[in-house]
Amino acid sequence: MNGVHDMGGMHGMGPVEPEPNEPVFHHEWERRVFALALATGFLRRWNIDMGRFAIERMPPAEYLRATYYEKWLARTERLLVERGLLSADELTSGRPDGRPPAVRALPPAELHSAVRNRRAARMDDHLKAPTFKPGDRVRTRNVHPEHHTRLPRYARDKVGVVDRDHGVFILPDEHASSGTKVPSHCYAVRFEGRELWGPHCGPRDAVYIDLFDEYLEPVNDGGGPR
Amino acid sequence: MHDHDHDHDHDHDHEPGVHGGPLTDTQLRVRALESLLVDKGLVDPKTLDELIDTYETKVGPRNGARVVARAWVDPAFKQRLLADASEAIAEMGYIGRQGEDMVVLENTPKVHNMVVCTLCSCYPWPVLGLPPVWYKSAPYRSRAVIDPRGVLREFGVALGDDVEVRVWDSTAELRYLVLPERPAGTEGMTEEQLAEIVTRDAMIGVARVQASRR
Repeated sequence: MNGVHDMGGMHGMGPVEPEPNEPVFHHEWERRVFALALATGFLRRWNIDMGRFAIERMPPAEYLRATYYEKWLARTERLLVERGLLSADELTSGRPDGRPPAVRALPPAELHSAVRNRRAARMDDHLKAPTFKPGDRVRTRNVHPEHHTRLPRYARDKVGVVDRDHGVFILPDEHASSGTKVPSHCYAVRFEGRELWGPHCGPRDAVYIDLFDEYLEPVNDGGGPR
Repeated sequence: MHDHDHDHDHDHDHEPGVHGGPLTDTQLRVRALESLLVDKGLVDPKTLDELIDTYETKVGPRNGARVVARAWVDPAFKQRLLADASEAIAEMGYIGRQGEDMVVLENTPKVHNMVVCTLCSCYPWPVLGLPPVWYKSAPYRSRAVIDPRGVLREFGVALGDDVEVRVWDSTAELRYLVLPERPAGTEGMTEEQLAEIVTRDAMIGVARVQASRR
């Protein structure tokens, strides 16, 4: 979706302001939100792409105003209701409605392996043949879907070169809506700064973006920059 | 982004009520949600505490610094790290969520890599811990791809025109760690000493490593 979360290349956001000796959390409630978000994620009622899409659907002004963990809180509340683990009334009242929950908490004994998970979005390589190979010139599609996508707006309808094939991963778009795991090759694609930002950009700036088969089409124009 | 104007009092909300201040709306919402989820058996309070302890005290940029230091002193490890970062980093025990599929990018005198997530805040947790506020902020996410040299200048990194800048936008589930250049004057240092001088920002690609940590 063309949301305000898609920030690459926007102006007017101000200077980057690093905080010296920044703590991991600034407030106790941030610790709690962080842990609640992970612990409810362990219930497996949603996936990471649904989680991202839940944040992207925040009203834009609210998104821009919210801190990181405020966004996490909004996401967790929304998903708990949308995915049927809490009713809207329960969330408002703070009181359980007495119906037994559909799932149970992850037992603490299983936390260690849940945190040290080594496989997330990668799928088996044999599930899909690559469409492109390193060195291929590709053009990103000029698409503006209303659903979740990981093709940033600043990189649509742009020509780049496949730098490497990362292998087969879950396509985020479908995963965010239905949860279906569509296998797709994910490539790091190199874009020259001038292709993205125009002739004023320096000649030695490049952006590498991880993009899926579905976001790309071949360029057969005999090579050379556009 | 963190300087917004509703009432998160920075003084007295780490322990609600400690200084007698009222709880903020956000604090109240979080408390209500936690007790509701515990009441319903959807989360276990012990799991919550252990998650916080893990990411506050056990996972952090010291892990990544040890990876970098080893790559500087052990050419075979460095080769494995650049060829298959997930496996090489797992050798050191740093595995888990948001680091399942790792890529390491080597900075050289001619190529400077830096990492951003323009769409959200993707970051390699097992080696760097949870991201700092600036990394998650609109200014960094918006500017890193269109004005990387300007952002680097603000971080104190001035690059010559002959140096190529490669910005890596983490738009999928690959997580990137920058292998910074080993500074001159560190030839006699041990792996442990080297790990001490490697900073988080250098591993994101917005700083250089200095021979002595200021």
